[in-house]
Amino acid sequence: MGGSPDISKKQLDHPLDDLIRTDRLPHIWCAGCGIGTVFSSCLTAIKASELELNNISMVSGIGCSGRAAGYVKLDSFHTTHGRAIPFATGLKLGNPDLNVIVFSGDGDLFAIGGNHMIHAARRNMDITVICVNNLNYGMTGGQVAATTPHMAKSTTTPSGNPEDPFNLPLLAYASGATYVARWTMLHTRELTSSIQEAILKKGFSFIEVLSPCPVNYGRRNKEKALDTLKLYQEKTIIRNGAIPAGLDIDFSKEVVLGKFVDVERDTYIERYEKICRQES
Amino acid sequence: MKFWRVPLDSEEVQVTYGRVYILDDRCKGCGYCIEFCPQSVLQFSSKFNKKGYHLPAVDKPGECLSCHYCEIICPEFAIYSVESNPEKSKT
Amino acid sequence: MKKAILTGEHFFTGDVACAEGALAAGCRFFGGYPITPATEIAERMASRLPHVGGSYIQMEDEIAAIASVLGASWAGVKSMTATSGPGFSLMMENLGLGICTETPCVIVNVQRGGPSTGLPTQGAQGDMMQSRWGSHGDYEIIVLAPYSPQEIFYQTITAFNLSETYRIPVLIMTDEIVGHMSEKVIIPDSRKVKTISRTAPKGRKDRFRLFEPGPNGVAPMPAAGQGYNVHVTGLTHDEKGYPVMTVDTQVEMMDRLTGKIRNNLDDIIMTESYMMDDAEIVLVSYGVSARTCLAAVDQARKSGIKAGMFRLITVWPFPEEEIKKIAERVKGFITVEMNLGQIHREVQRCVGGKVPAVLVGHHGGTIIPPEDVLKKMKETF
Repeated sequence: MGGSPDISKKQLDHPLDDLIRTDRLPHIWCAGCGIGTVFSSCLTAIKASELELNNISMVSGIGCSGRAAGYVKLDSFHTTHGRAIPFATGLKLGNPDLNVIVFSGDGDLFAIGGNHMIHAARRNMDITVICVNNLNYGMTGGQVAATTPHMAKSTTTPSGNPEDPFNLPLLAYASGATYVARWTMLHTRELTSSIQEAILKKGFSFIEVLSPCPVNYGRRNKEKALDTLKLYQEKTIIRNGAIPAGLDIDFSKEVVLGKFVDVERDTYIERYEKICRQES
Repeated sequence: MKFWRVPLDSEEVQVTYGRVYILDDRCKGCGYCIEFCPQSVLQFSSKFNKKGYHLPAVDKPGECLSCHYCEIICPEFAIYSVESNPEKSKT
Repeated sequence: MKKAILTGEHFFTGDVACAEGALAAGCRFFGGYPITPATEIAERMASRLPHVGGSYIQMEDEIAAIASVLGASWAGVKSMTATSGPGFSLMMENLGLGICTETPCVIVNVQRGGPSTGLPTQGAQGDMMQSRWGSHGDYEIIVLAPYSPQEIFYQTITAFNLSETYRIPVLIMTDEIVGHMSEKVIIPDSRKVKTISRTAPKGRKDRFRLFEPGPNGVAPMPAAGQGYNVHVTGLTHDEKGYPVMTVDTQVEMMDRLTGKIRNNLDDIIMTESYMMDDAEIVLVSYGVSARTCLAAVDQARKSGIKAGMFRLITVWPFPEEEIKKIAERVKGFITVEMNLGQIHREVQRCVGGKVPAVLVGHHGGTIIPPEDVLKKMKETF
């Protein structure tokens, strides 16, 4: 952390303060919420990528994770619910030199914004999507989401969720994402290097990050914040290259983490340049 | 730290030591830094910050190896460690 | 690279003229989604944009289309999309984001019969109130209504200029009939095309405030990647762009959003008068229905009725003062539009009962015949 520290001097800044709008701290996320950790990991990865910071833009949708854009001291866009990816698509096409990171939640990206997610992956838009999955709609008080486990309780499934959740890495893979990974916020070091890899990778990258929502999800499912983190510690197994079809989340058995997909494919912009700009 | 097997070069390897800084007003008292510190350097203090959260406090100052795990697990940008001279950090 | 401005005489449909107008205005991004009767605009842009240094993308729906347009605008590129009723409805939420975040862009609605899927291949003017109030919350908006392919060409340029001047989405409300009719379109020499681009910020980047209004009430606008570290949010925000959920901030933001339009009406409102000097009966119309009125005025004059037409080129903000002034000296108003009375209500409001203000409306599907207007003139006055 920069030079030789002298403890006699006054307290230094947090090493990420140069990337944060510190005048907006403390942030809105609840005590024990993992979004801040994922966000911090993302900022560390941005630094480590050594990319030109002026060329990095962060785009968020609506929801707790969607607030991330409001704390990063980079060009940042807090858009409408579910529409971070198409907004990011326009941003990237408007200026292909930009590195565009979409940082948002599971409800935003996979329920209301699910259609945009699969299409951006299909066309291999060169953006990085970080999805903080806290298994429910936190901002609105804990309603069932497309990622809520079967039989889990939420304010709108008081008797337990009758539906099955999405397997997000499978969906991203099937849609054509060229980089797919899953971590938890506890696996911060792996997560950070994974985000760095994803940012530097050409093509559509997707990272799911499991993160506790102790106030809304945890409380209704008898899981304190530290209990959730213990589950992340005890019930997860890292299996790089695992087949995406087997990545359903079931904490009563085991939850597979790792980098599952890392392939090369022409990006949308590369193909557009090659095919559409041909003079006839 | 006790090892059941000691590396042959353990005497030559320089171990880094650290000093932990806590930004009181950012902390929300989740306790992740305390729970996951591999050296159990931190403990809850009886101190509250402005918002009424219990803060972590350095319990065993000399034990910090500046692994930065508290820094990277903290969701609040409220704690970090800096490599420091072991002699000075024990003060 | 090919020419962006196709100087010369052409025989274009309204839709193609619209696309050419956009290119002439400097539009270099189109986020599209096919919908009758606006598809031809997307098609023209898809074939033209890549050869003039721009890009076209066909998004997965109209919501994505407008979201991508907003994104491209923040990348510093003049951007647009085009749609019709059902797609226009889907765009409403992000239209609000564009207004709230003061993002310049142009949205074209080639109107068709509604509600719902309605009459995809036939014209209507049923979305006029939606163009004013379609997104939630209070706001001001700029809406233009061209009545011929030639005018679409010019108004699309004007729409971009207004949008860049006032940092606001500008809507072009045309209709299936104008969109699909072919007429002569003259594209002038590129030096004669006047284009305006957003004002770039000056001064120190670290002191820059994203929404601090300039002299005309509009803040300069940087693009992503220029080092201004902008924060753009649809939440109520202060001049810095930071979300602040207080009544004071809401008042300040709303005053800024509405003030920049309300205080510049002279620059924004465009109307056209036809045979108005001595007119006793005024036809108020816009878009394709104005073409009916031209014929109706001519026929009325032949039979000795002193009719004139007041054509709205800018529909919103509404030319309230002009209508009020006309109401002082005429015998009555007839609003002619292909809906069941949308702009009619505005005319009635402005006339305030001083003289009769009636409607010749139509459910949509076909152009209103001049005879209907003449009949109404004779019945009412």
